[in-house]
Amino acid sequence: MIPIDYAQLLQLAWPEIIVVAAALIAMAIDLIALRQRPARTRFAVAASIASIGCFAAILRILLAPDTANLLDGTLIANPLVHLVQIALLSLAIFTLLLSVDATFTQHVGEFVLLIMVATAGTMFLVASQDLLVIFISLELLSLSLYTLAAFNKRSLQSWEAAIKYYLFGGMSAAFLLFGFSLLYGLSNSTSLTHIAGAIHGPSLNPLLIIAIVTTTIGLGFKVAAVPFHFWAPDVYQEAPAPSAAFIASASKVASFFIFFQIMALGFAGSEGSAALFHVVRGWVPVIALTATLSMLLGNLVAIRQTSLRRLLAYSAIAHAGYMLLGIVAHTQQSLAALLYYVITYALATLGAFAVIAVVEDQRGTDQLAHFDGLGRQAPVLSLGLAIFILSLAGIPPLAGFFGKFYLFATVLASTPRPVGLLWLVALALAMSIVSLYYYLRVLKRVYVAPPSADAPPIKSPALSQFLVVLLAAAVLLFGCAPQLLLQWIQAAVQSSGL
Amino acid sequence: MLAWTIYISFLGAAGLLLLPKGSTVVARVLALLTAVAGFAIALTVFVHHRTGEMHTLIRVPWIPSLGIEYHLADDGISLTLVLLTGIIAVAGVLFSWNIQERSKEFFAFYLLLIGAVYGVFLSFDLFLLFVFYEIVIIPKYFLIAIWGSTRREYGAMKLAIYSFAGSAMVLVGLIAAYVEAGAHTASLSDLAQYPFSPHFQMAAFPLVFTGFAILAGMWPFHTWAPTGHVAAPTAASMLLAGVVMKLGAYGCLRVAMTLFPLGLGPWSAHHLGFGSWRDVFAVLAVIGIVYGASVALVQKDFKFVIGYSSVSHMGFILLGLMTLNQIGLSGAVLQMYSHGILAGLLFAVVGRMVYNRTHTRELAALGPMNLSHAIPFAAVTFVIAGMASMGLPGFSGFVAELMIVIGVWRSYPLLAIFVGVGIVIGVVYVWRAMQKAFFAESGVAAGFSPREPGHEKDAGFSPGSLLPITLQEKLGAIILVAASVVVGIYPQVLLNVIVPALNSPLFAGLRQGSWQ
Repeated sequence: MIPIDYAQLLQLAWPEIIVVAAALIAMAIDLIALRQRPARTRFAVAASIASIGCFAAILRILLAPDTANLLDGTLIANPLVHLVQIALLSLAIFTLLLSVDATFTQHVGEFVLLIMVATAGTMFLVASQDLLVIFISLELLSLSLYTLAAFNKRSLQSWEAAIKYYLFGGMSAAFLLFGFSLLYGLSNSTSLTHIAGAIHGPSLNPLLIIAIVTTTIGLGFKVAAVPFHFWAPDVYQEAPAPSAAFIASASKVASFFIFFQIMALGFAGSEGSAALFHVVRGWVPVIALTATLSMLLGNLVAIRQTSLRRLLAYSAIAHAGYMLLGIVAHTQQSLAALLYYVITYALATLGAFAVIAVVEDQRGTDQLAHFDGLGRQAPVLSLGLAIFILSLAGIPPLAGFFGKFYLFATVLASTPRPVGLLWLVALALAMSIVSLYYYLRVLKRVYVAPPSADAPPIKSPALSQFLVVLLAAAVLLFGCAPQLLLQWIQAAVQSSGL
Repeated sequence: MLAWTIYISFLGAAGLLLLPKGSTVVARVLALLTAVAGFAIALTVFVHHRTGEMHTLIRVPWIPSLGIEYHLADDGISLTLVLLTGIIAVAGVLFSWNIQERSKEFFAFYLLLIGAVYGVFLSFDLFLLFVFYEIVIIPKYFLIAIWGSTRREYGAMKLAIYSFAGSAMVLVGLIAAYVEAGAHTASLSDLAQYPFSPHFQMAAFPLVFTGFAILAGMWPFHTWAPTGHVAAPTAASMLLAGVVMKLGAYGCLRVAMTLFPLGLGPWSAHHLGFGSWRDVFAVLAVIGIVYGASVALVQKDFKFVIGYSSVSHMGFILLGLMTLNQIGLSGAVLQMYSHGILAGLLFAVVGRMVYNRTHTRELAALGPMNLSHAIPFAAVTFVIAGMASMGLPGFSGFVAELMIVIGVWRSYPLLAIFVGVGIVIGVVYVWRAMQKAFFAESGVAAGFSPREPGHEKDAGFSPGSLLPITLQEKLGAIILVAASVVVGIYPQVLLNVIVPALNSPLFAGLRQGSWQ
């Protein structure tokens, strides 16, 4: 039994403690001092306090970058974890900024608190290589997200989406727990590295196969991969905009990171292979299958969507397919590529939700037809939307293009002969042609179609414009100078030794 | 200095977006100045450039950990095409002088497109080249979808999807080549020297070549071209036929053939009578020449005639590339220039001078208008452009197509016969279009099919009601005609830089492979 050093534990958990403390302060101030004020003021105060908390946590991580591995990976601090945590905190700040103009609720303190708790959940999630802590943080994250999705009490559809999310989520958590319990049974340990050492063997144990499949189900649900994606379109469409944005960005980043870690670390030695004509049993073919299905279904179904949010949901499913290729490759380089992809993807999606929030707020719906002529009524927001959408489509010089290039290059480089996984890359690129069609349909609405005569003109709130400009600048910058983010990611991945 | 052609165009585009609302005139002038500046730079460098060999403009690390560089350079081939882009850019602005609706955005997209095209021609790093290549797609889409005419949204989407499909094929091949070569450089000259295995080249070459050739309008992937050209506003059709299709042909030569020369080599066995990819693409090119010309022969829409003629002329370029001998390859590059100028001129006459005045492109409806009297300048320009495009000596088209035919004669004697047929049909369709649109005798036409629906609305038409040709149009036409005549009379002006470029080390693999 290793003695627990509580002082060190606290020391390592400082950023998370700061986030939770800021959340409690924000809620307390909102409840005690601001009950009678208008919702916007309350949101502004609470979001500012919470953002300051996130910012303080980022500063703490940057100024005191400890490196530690507590209790066989129960809590880990290394440059890679710090990098992901900073990304998560930044996305949380953007989400908070996005929520300031929200009008769907009077429960301001609770809403901000839940976002912060979810953020803390993601931070613990990425900082652990222990099944128990991973599961607990995942639940902390998920339970906050279910509530966030249901936060608009005036909308029945929001409820419905949240219930759907909750039921599917509960089921997938059960699968995940079942897989974890099998892993524990096989290895007598909850630490990923120990598990890999114990299950390593020449042939696959049938129980291990079940563990692989159930773990994939549980995590596949979190990243909305086919066939565990059913919740995504409803939640994306009906949840309040900031909640949906958070689910689509920060939660995605954390889930993909931990998905990679569990597969690459925990199941090391039972990879198998998905190379064409050389399929070997293991977890790689399972992931490759989900990736293929996600790319196909996501892109093909997105064509038919008439609601922008739903379109983004199916595009998210398609992007999950692309990103799963990074897990299929499971090399250091592909982890770097995956992180680059998912972070820039999160920025673009968050930005798109910021624009949707404005249009929805003033026109009451996110139907594509209501984006007609937006280009002339709100030039800044429209330019931002164009940048986000084109980045998702993978058009250079935006971040999404470099993400795709780097990810696909690392996937090809992961096998000794680049032909092995070429079929997956070719499929991904073929599907990206399909995606251009539906992305251009959105931009056609915005720039080509004339504004409909009876629709009220769109006013662009200053804060939304600021957020959109900020995110668009980031997407453009990381696209034109990928090195800025890339060298940081690569150095962190190298030093983590994953 | 040549790199500034790119930056100036992008800066001009950004500047246009910052203009206040409703400043149409300022927007035009700014766009014209930007285009002229780009052209002036291109021309200055061209005049001073003597050797035609590769000359690096700037080479700095861009994404060091992946070995990707920001590497701009020029050689004789790029220089020729940069010059072409400059000429078309200036002429295109002159022919879009009448754009009223959202003119600021129009010229911004226009300059964005121009800048990216310059970028493609000057990039010597594959990643960079691809970045510029894909930037082209988006402004192209909006130029057609917003300011286009017939079925514009369909044409624009079809064009965008085809281009993107082509570039996806290219990207698969490029990523595979990049990884195969060790993923530490994307430099064109380094990768051209990397010994890719013959097996790899045999697979990668057709993929990348077809990807680029889609944009060059290779049969049977040409269908985007006529619809796109017809839907596009005049300046966009000029750019599309004039330079964007050249991007595809340029990519075929610069990337596909340079990187994978062994892909052109003979297969181990003959399939369906084809002995190599080279045979396959040569035959597809010839089909394009004959098919494009034949279809142009039966079109009712004036613009479709020009659209299909582009398919036919682009076939010459691809065929010239497949001859793999010096005369054929230099002819292909010369044809890129020549077709760029002439297609630009033809679209300018049809789209701007005729359509904007008569609001119809039906050949049958144009006949009775007696256009040769109403707008004689347009008629004369079209006659000149038509003669040049059917290959009259004295114009650039003649030299280019003659060189290609000689090259084909040496490599594929049998195909040369079909090329001859294509050229004859080319004469006929130009003649037919010219006669029907401009020189139909009014008497004949009046008695001719009064039942046709397009006819009724033109019943009260009188020649005097057409606006006269403006100064800008005349200027643009003169620039383009001059650009063709100079090269037609003295082709050495371009060949002096093209031939050394083809003999440079970059094409060493191609020369060793199957150069004749």
